[in-house]
This record gives sequence, C-alpha cells and structure tokens, in this order.
Amino acid sequence: MLQGHDLAFGYGATEVLRGVSIDVAADGFLGILGPNGSGKTTLLRVLAGTIRPSRGRVTLDGVEIRSISRQLLARRMAVVPQETRLSFDFTALEVVLMGRYPHLGRFEIEGPADLAMARDALTATGTADFADRPFTTLSGGEKQRVIIASALAQIAAPGSDPSPGFLLLDEPTVALDLAYQLEIAHLLQTLQHQRQVAIVVSTHDLNFAAAFCRSLVLLKQGRVLAAGPTADVLTPELIRELYGVRADVRLHAEAGHLVVVPIAREGDARR
Amino acid sequence: MTIRRRIAVATIGFGATALAAITFAPLAGSTTISLSRAFDTSRPFAENVDAQIFFVARLPRTLAGALVGAALASAGVMFQGLLRNPLATPFTLGVSAGAALGAMLALTFDWTIGFAGISAVPAAAFVGAGGAVTIVYALATGRHRGLSTDVLLLAGVTLNAFFSALILCIQYFSDFADAHRTLRWLMGDLDVSSYQPILTSLPLLAVAFAGFAWLARPLNLLSMGVDSAHTRGLDTARAQRQAFFAASLATGAAVAVGGPVGFIGIIVPHLVRLLVGSDHRVVLPASALFGAAFLVACDVLARTVIAPVEIPVGVITALLGGPFFLWLLVRRT
Repeated sequence: MLQGHDLAFGYGATEVLRGVSIDVAADGFLGILGPNGSGKTTLLRVLAGTIRPSRGRVTLDGVEIRSISRQLLARRMAVVPQETRLSFDFTALEVVLMGRYPHLGRFEIEGPADLAMARDALTATGTADFADRPFTTLSGGEKQRVIIASALAQIAAPGSDPSPGFLLLDEPTVALDLAYQLEIAHLLQTLQHQRQVAIVVSTHDLNFAAAFCRSLVLLKQGRVLAAGPTADVLTPELIRELYGVRADVRLHAEAGHLVVVPIAREGDARR
Repeated sequence: MTIRRRIAVATIGFGATALAAITFAPLAGSTTISLSRAFDTSRPFAENVDAQIFFVARLPRTLAGALVGAALASAGVMFQGLLRNPLATPFTLGVSAGAALGAMLALTFDWTIGFAGISAVPAAAFVGAGGAVTIVYALATGRHRGLSTDVLLLAGVTLNAFFSALILCIQYFSDFADAHRTLRWLMGDLDVSSYQPILTSLPLLAVAFAGFAWLARPLNLLSMGVDSAHTRGLDTARAQRQAFFAASLATGAAVAVGGPVGFIGIIVPHLVRLLVGSDHRVVLPASALFGAAFLVACDVLARTVIAPVEIPVGVITALLGGPFFLWLLVRRT
C-alpha cells in the first residue's frame, strides 16, 4: 500500500499541493485527473520520493519512504516520465538493463538472471524485436514501451519475493497516437493483472480513465476534489467542477465501460 | 556480447594501441637513436648520447603525453556525462582558464618557490584550476539543492571568458619574453624534461581515475535524466558532485603537467563511442587508453613533421580536432 498523507508542496511562493491524501492499493489501478497546473506531476514526484513534501508524508506499507534507502525504494517503485531523452545512444536492451541498477552492487555486472529479467520485460511490452536497436531511433510509442520495460525490470523481484511493485506513470500516452494509446493502456492492464503491479497514472484522457482505471483521484488547484471508484467519481457534475466543461457520461454498450463526451465549456452560449 | 567481454575487448584493444604508441614514440625524433645503445650499460650514462636522449628527453615526454592524454580524454567523458551534453570538454567549466591564469602569473612574476619539490608553474596552474573549480561549484550549488548543471555550464563559460580577459590584460602589460612563454604554455607543451611532474601528478590522477571507475554506472543512469536516475535508485546529487570533482581533479593535474592541450577531451570520447557504444564502463577505460595513444602520437607528429623545428602539440590536436568537432556538430543536426 502506497499512501500520501496531507501532502503539501510549493515551487518558491507558488503552492502546488495543498494537503493531498491518496491511497494506492497494492492491486490498484489508480488514475489522477485534473486540469493543467492542478499538481498531478508534482503529486507523482512527491509519491516517488523525487521531491520532498513541505508538509505531510508518504508511506510504503506503513513505512515512511524518507527512511527507506533510495536503492530499496527503487526496487519497489518505478516511474515512467512523459518523455525520456537520452544524452547518449544506448540500445533498448541497455536501457532496460538500467532498471537493474538498484539490484546490483557498485562494481557488480549484470548477470544471466538480470539479462533474463530484462528480456522478459522486453517480451512483456512487445519490444523484444528491437532489443538491439539504438533507443533514439525508436518511435514515441516504442520508446515509451521500452521505458515501461525498464521500469518492470526495475521492480522485478527474483524468486518468491511477495512484495508487489508500484508503477507510477506521468501522462504516458500524451505524445502518442490513438493506436499506441490503446496499446499502452492494454499493456498496463495486462501488467496489473498478470504481474500484480499496482499502477498509478496521471492523465488528461477521460476515456482512458473511464476504460482502464478502477479508481480515480480528481485534483483541482492542489486539493483533492473527489476520490473513489471510477463509476462514482466520473460524473458530469464533477467533470464540470473539475474542468468547467459540460460533458455527457454514459455506458457504452459495445465497449462495456463509461464514455465521456465533452459538449461545451461552461458559459459557452453555443449550446 | 556481454558487458564483461566488451570491457575486456576494449581494454585489451586500446591498451595494445597505447602500449605500441608509448613503445615507439621515444624512438622517433629528429635524431635517430638506437635502443640497444641506449640500454647499453657498459658505457657510462654521461657519455651515452642515445641513453641521454632516450631517458632524459623522450621517455618522460612520452609518459607525460600518455598521462595527460588519458586524463583529458576520460575527464571529457565524465564532463559530457555529467552535463548530459556530448559537446562538453574538460575545459568547458573553466578549469583550464583558471590553470592558465595561475601559470601565467607564475611565469610573468617569475615565481620560483614551488612546494614539495614541484616547480612554481605547474603548482600555480593546479592552484588556479582549483580556484576556478571552487568558484563554479559555489555558484552552481548556491541557490539550489544539489547541483544545477545549467548553472554549472553558464558559470563555467562565463568564468572562461573572464579569466581569458585577465590573461590578455596581464599579457598586454608584460614584457615580450614573458608573453611568449605564456603563449607557449597555452599551446600545450609536453616537454617536461624530468620525471618530477609525472610523479607528482600520479597520486592525483590515481584518485581521479578511481573516482571515474566508481562513477561509470551512475553516469549511464544520468544519461536518462536526473529524475529517471534518481527513481532508479541513484543518489544523483552525490554522484554529480563526485563526478564534477573527480573530472576537475584529472583536468587540473593534466593541465599542470602539459598545459591546456585542446580537443583531446572531445575527439577521443566520440571516436571511442562510435566503436564501442555508450556504456561508460567501456567508454571510460577505452577513452583513457586511446587518449594516451592519441596524444603520444600527436606529440610524435609535433616533433617530427618539420623537424628540427617543433610544433606545439596543442596546435596539432587543434588542427585535427577543429574540423572533427565541426563534423560532429553537422552530423548531429
């Protein structure tokens, strides 16, 4: 269980988080929604321990993450940023192997077990075919899948370690076309089901949230507007309050989940 | 190929190149010498011209070239990794300008007092390098937690310009002989004519190289970005700090011995990456060894191209490096 308790954070004088509490269950698929500047990325960075909250604390299975070493924390929790740019050209396999960093001693070299985990992660993300291609030559969707593979290799525990891993993704599909968006979404769903990886994902895509997230946290101006199961939170009322947009939310018969159709900005006279 | 094999192959391959360069360089020069006569112990050293040329002039110079080349090439790799910029050099952050200012003060004001058996010019150069490093570091950490590589870069470039202006200013007011000696130093000169500077720099370089080995894998992670490295378990602030000081130490020691020999720190790492990939555990040792071979070879060129006149070795590396650097720029865009 990954929990944030009453988290606050500011960049200089600008307060970005103003007392956010969040619970991520070990088998969760949690979406964080909110308009630009609502604090989604900052919340993910605080949860990952990349930045320290000015107030509140983050706990992993009840232990405050500040008291967990970087290395041990990295074995349990991996982060996939919006975009990854390498300053030097590594192959996709080398990028995935970098996920094994927290499992190795300073001068230890990746062994057959690490290589097997990396190959397994490549296969799981459908990127095994370009293991030896330079990362910079891959398309946006391919890069994102390789980074997810690297994250999987990072939280993969050898043998029978039962502690589940947490995967934090910051708008992972924002730069991708429709087909890649679906592909990444299905990949995350499969990972959650088959590998018991808890997934936390920030997104602007309400239909992605409707289709894949089991629970949602709505962030508005650094505060939690609402939180709970997706069907309870993804309502026209809350969407209007969150984005100032009138939207229709209904169950799509063929897709089998809610769909959100934005209709007009609030106060827009056209409809 | 596994990483272990890649490290072994690169080390053996580039090590053989370096060994060959170091073996043959003392034999080349305006005077032909014979190894058998140089090592002929039946003749007293004072009468053995071959031995004198070999042991007093050429061998220390070759060894200095190897050390300076190895230090600058691997420091280049470190700075490029630290700044996440493949076009960074060991001199980007002002280390060489600080060293040059120190050296020129010692040359202009005829400081003769060194310490611990080190002569004044390299000592002053090393102190100057240390001063520049301190200023840049203080600026880059002042208002940030951790190390801001953007400020580091800007502060370094600005300090370079400022120190160059000071150097020009002092040069303008110094007499012709001093100005010429300074200019000669700035071009890079491996003619150390004794083993003392080499021996003095050895412990410093040993510390720096140990740091490089310690930081090879963290540098791999840093190339993904600071946040990504951090979430993969690296204490990024500490790794950046260690990389900055280790690379600055190597640069300062190398410049104190041979002057600011340019372009080694960029040509060598790029050629090596083309051959062995980007993993710093391979690139660092390969660059150190190839840097040694490359600078020794450049120095042979410098001594022999228009013998008996010598061209400063820094001119040779710049003539090779300038066009190469431009080619890299064009290739990248």
